[in-house]
Amino acid sequence: MSNRPELLAPPEIFYDDSEARKYTSSSRIVDIQARLSERALELLALPVDGIPRLLLDIGCGSGLSGETLTENGHQWIGLDISQSMLNIASEREVEGDLLLGDMGQGLALRPGIIDGAISISAVQWLCNADKSSHEPRLRLKAFFGSLYRCLARGARAVFQVYPENIAQRELILRSAMHAGFAGGVVMDYPHRYARLPSRNLVLSFS
Amino acid sequence: MRLFTHNMLSSNIKGVANGFPLRIEAEQVLEKQVDFNPDFLRNLFPKLEWKALVDGARALGYAELPEAADSSMLESEEFLRKVHHALLELHLEEGALTCPETGRKFPVNKGIPNMLLHEDEETSLQLPGSLVSQMLVRITGKQ
Repeated sequence: MSNRPELLAPPEIFYDDSEARKYTSSSRIVDIQARLSERALELLALPVDGIPRLLLDIGCGSGLSGETLTENGHQWIGLDISQSMLNIASEREVEGDLLLGDMGQGLALRPGIIDGAISISAVQWLCNADKSSHEPRLRLKAFFGSLYRCLARGARAVFQVYPENIAQRELILRSAMHAGFAGGVVMDYPHRYARLPSRNLVLSFS
Repeated sequence: MRLFTHNMLSSNIKGVANGFPLRIEAEQVLEKQVDFNPDFLRNLFPKLEWKALVDGARALGYAELPEAADSSMLESEEFLRKVHHALLELHLEEGALTCPETGRKFPVNKGIPNMLLHEDEETSLQLPGSLVSQMLVRITGKQ
């Protein structure tokens, strides 16, 4: 699999049945996703009161990250654009509810109800214009705007992303700020988690 | 899809003022047991749209929820167990969710609602005026 799948095709086409299965059965990928998800959940900084929360997993794919949320006792709603990936999540009987949807079209959720959101390796897909009518800026705006609205007061969103370059990272950050998010970037370098393949940003907003 | 998700889901088709709640058409419903956690329910309760939950539960074949509810009822385990069952144990496997304003159906297959908008339903596009009026005709059915 290419290091940069988002340069090959849009996610719903790249993650077809065969790619989706490959992704989910690679123990290296499973391990990485688990670590990234644990880290994201840690950065969500949910109150340590034993009360399960209602969380969003944006770009939930085959449910690898969602399993971390379940293991920590939370209920979650997962959104992904790839039917193939979601089919595998279903097969694996993940405990979250799954939605087939495009985050760049906006999250169709009521205001102020989500206790926290994570997104593992997904938001960078928004930066590529796949259809001629899709301007990345508009899609990022639709995504961050709708996410901001559906979060409860004080809730956070944590995005682990692999931006292609600094310009893309800045585009993502700017779009988030425009939507009303405050916060910053937590950089986790590869040497901390020896098996991570590349530099990644963890954005934590509240 | 279970009712805790349905209670959060809205139609975000362009031009829709209030896309909540989506009307449920159920063709296949499954029940799967989930561990009872009253803390989760008490925490979630203030965020619920109760009527949508009652109607949704009825659409999935469960009519035990009271028509109205308030937070004092959260003391009752019997009440909490009903809320638990409605929110977390009923799965809409096959059917559809219908936008209350446009009538547009979002199909549900294998428990997964397809919420993908068609291009002319997207809010993230900027369209010239002629396309806007074409789209309004398609959504509202009116000339």
